[in-house]
Amino acid sequence: MNALKKLFGGNTRQFGMIFALVALIIFFQFATDGRTLTPGNVINLFNGNSYILILAIGMVLVIIAGHIDLSVGSVAAFVGVTVALAIRDWGIPWYAGILLGLGLGVLIGAWQGFWTAYVGIPAFIVTLAGMLLFRGFNQFVGKSNTIPVPGDFQYIGSGYLPEVGPNTGFNNLTLLLGLLGVAFVVFSELRARRTAKALGAEVPEAWVAVTKLVLICGAILYATYLFATGRPGTSFPIPGLILAVLVLVYGFISSKTVVGRHVYAVGGNRHAAELSGVQSKKVNFLVMMNMSVLAGLAGMIFVGRSTASGPFDGVGWELDAIAAVFIGGAAVTGGVGTVIGSIVGGLVMAVLNNGLQLLGVGADLTQIIKGLVLLIAVAFDVYNKSQGKRSIIGMLTQNFNRPSGGTPLQPDEVTSTKETIAREA
Amino acid sequence: MTSINTQSEPVILEMRSITKEFPGVKALADVNLRVKAGEIHAICGENGAGKSTLMKVLSGVYPYGTYTGDVVYQSQVQQFKDIRASEHAGIVIIHQELALIPELSITENIFLGNEPVKRGVIDWAEARTRTRELLARVGLREDPDTPIKEIGVGKQQLVEIAKALNKSVKLLILDEPTAALNESDSQHLLDLILGLKGRGITSIIISHKLNEIEQIADSITIIRDGKSIETLDVKADGVDEDRIIKGMVGRTLESRFPHHEPKIGDVLFEVKNWTVGHPQVQDRLVCKGSSFFVRRGEIVGFAGLMGAGRTELARSVFGRSYGRYITGSIYKDGKELHLKNVKQAIDAGLGYVTEDRKSLGLNLLDDIKTTTVSAALNKISRHFVVDSNKEFTVAEQYRKSLRTKTPSVEEGVAKLSGGNQQKVVLAKWMFTDPDLLILDEPTRGIDVGAKYEIYGIIQQLANQGRGVIVISSELPELLGLSDRIYTIFEGAITGVLNKDEASQESLMKLMTSARKAAA
Repeated sequence: MNALKKLFGGNTRQFGMIFALVALIIFFQFATDGRTLTPGNVINLFNGNSYILILAIGMVLVIIAGHIDLSVGSVAAFVGVTVALAIRDWGIPWYAGILLGLGLGVLIGAWQGFWTAYVGIPAFIVTLAGMLLFRGFNQFVGKSNTIPVPGDFQYIGSGYLPEVGPNTGFNNLTLLLGLLGVAFVVFSELRARRTAKALGAEVPEAWVAVTKLVLICGAILYATYLFATGRPGTSFPIPGLILAVLVLVYGFISSKTVVGRHVYAVGGNRHAAELSGVQSKKVNFLVMMNMSVLAGLAGMIFVGRSTASGPFDGVGWELDAIAAVFIGGAAVTGGVGTVIGSIVGGLVMAVLNNGLQLLGVGADLTQIIKGLVLLIAVAFDVYNKSQGKRSIIGMLTQNFNRPSGGTPLQPDEVTSTKETIAREA
Repeated sequence: MTSINTQSEPVILEMRSITKEFPGVKALADVNLRVKAGEIHAICGENGAGKSTLMKVLSGVYPYGTYTGDVVYQSQVQQFKDIRASEHAGIVIIHQELALIPELSITENIFLGNEPVKRGVIDWAEARTRTRELLARVGLREDPDTPIKEIGVGKQQLVEIAKALNKSVKLLILDEPTAALNESDSQHLLDLILGLKGRGITSIIISHKLNEIEQIADSITIIRDGKSIETLDVKADGVDEDRIIKGMVGRTLESRFPHHEPKIGDVLFEVKNWTVGHPQVQDRLVCKGSSFFVRRGEIVGFAGLMGAGRTELARSVFGRSYGRYITGSIYKDGKELHLKNVKQAIDAGLGYVTEDRKSLGLNLLDDIKTTTVSAALNKISRHFVVDSNKEFTVAEQYRKSLRTKTPSVEEGVAKLSGGNQQKVVLAKWMFTDPDLLILDEPTRGIDVGAKYEIYGIIQQLANQGRGVIVISSELPELLGLSDRIYTIFEGAITGVLNKDEASQESLMKLMTSARKAAA
């Protein structure tokens, strides 16, 4: 127990969501007689959920800033159908289609950002209107038909890393990716330790770091093994690659850049942020716009995966994305949340979905279970916060992002009057 | 006066050795309070001494069980579990921030949560009739259907009292009732409280205005640092203001401020003819043609009652962060500045520490280091990427130099005490390296020791050749700290006094009367 505490920085609960994810995976692995952790299933799981996870990345920023976006499913569908039509009718190449889709996302996002940030209409209303508007546009533009997309466009939704190099029995690029991942994790942990030492902050003992690294790298290598040994022709999926890049980029933006700081500041206390020189309108505009761009991207990936755009693409996506974000530790009131947390939250939902499906549980029961999981996860978090502890995911990611994080803190000492006066005298 | 006070006069309320702790803070330690029936009992103490906490214990805001000690009211130990319970017993508290709903009418506010019902439907006719009676009793001539937002603060205060009377109040608690009122409204309110006493209603009054307390109170209990120090009988003990102050601070006033030799230079910052409109109400001005200047190394005080327009003036100058700009110009080092938003103001070397630390000054979700750098992120970032090592170093540096009490700069600011939170806010603005720092109520809600330290920091900033503006409701604070003091009344600057010619009386006169100077 003590060892665990040291490993996870003083509070075992902070790894609650990751534990939950791991436990879920192990549970389903046994319950399904090993059908969960097969290359085919894991690849499937990623392919079938990457677009929701991409939405969750945008959504967590929206929610941190104190808003919500209900329109993402409709926006995704509208962008999807427009791109599919442009490719079919105008004959533009696939890359031009993608650029068109992203551009359309920018325009839609600017529209919603304008109403939210500059007119001051609550995002709930703006995006509720957007949900109706863009669903209507989708069906109007596509005449409620299914519009197929060509094979090269399908690559972004259902493609895999190609086979290159010598025949090793694995997919070489996937292997390379996995090794890069391991190198990155080891490197950043070492660097974090070095700077923490240089700054005089407390550094966890070496065995703690080593154990942590071994666990994380083990997980990465095992995933690599699964992806690299799938049935011929499959390997690490392209949507997964896009997702991985986005997680890195947005994780960096949200935690390390000025813009990211401003998003948290506006969501945490808008007035205080404004009085510190943050231009909150600009921040809100950007956050809403970014969400629509990512929704457009998710829509295109989905069209690529399902080989055609349809009138009911993206129905209910907003709710999946929002659920992922809240399971991942974000606060309804804004100011709290992380990209990594939301991805973990999304994966919990995805694994649950997938596992229940493999077990042959019906859609009705699956929904009931998912609903309860959402409620319990957030209730757990609320309870923890009311006990004066940080959110699970807040602590979890602190451990990842911050060089000297994770040391148990002493309770605050309140300035004692006498003491100060005595010192001054 | 037909006094019901006699020697053998009964005690309506006794609070016995009340102790109330918050995590890490002992807000009240063994406090005793004895209030006789039918008297006006004043509670005096500095900000943060524990007056409001004590009243919250009494009124059930902090329910029975969250404190130790006994509340004996009408000879019975009470166990109030919420405000409703205490109101039911006839104890009504009127808070400093009025609990009226602006959009509702006077009648609706008075009967909120207490609506007269006939066959399951609210009987508005009855409510209106009773409202008229109540308004007559408090001497307020207004239509009962007038929305609260359309009457002034003074009248709102009277509506609150009418609301209390409607609940057949026996013990009325008034928390800083006159803080936001002008002189004539204050006098009216005090007369009303005396009138209520004539009708047998006991009042507990919390006020910083010692002259008012001297005027109306029968007894005074003094609280300091969460302990009840003494209870004085105003007439028998011949109590005056100095006597109260002595009890409140427990020492003479001089030692409340570190010694400071001002080094005053040229004019650094000047505002001319500054006029600003109310953000919502058309045609209402919150600043009326104000002009003032600050020299390098000078600490300039702004005195005015709450609602006089001090904060509005400061915030509108600080990048127009309040109100609608109408006219006026700002000069720094003789050059005119055109500041249209806060960012420009910060870039031009201005800083503003807000009076409302929790809702305007801090993001309570942040930790200390994030807060420290939040107004000057560009200083620790390259290509928009924040250097978290620099962030840590900077925060650590301010933690040491301001002596912020915290185990680590990664601690959440929400966990700090008021004084330490204020130090973090000061650090945040010091890190922007401002030429002019405006401090709005810099020591509100901070205990005496931390105040002393913050005064020291302010003086140090001035010694570095910066200009400092201090806005404060506490006149002793302004008198002890400032080199020069401007007074504000109803949005206009009514005078300016040098340190040696200013006194509480002369300031108060200028703060409460129509403009004399500033032509």
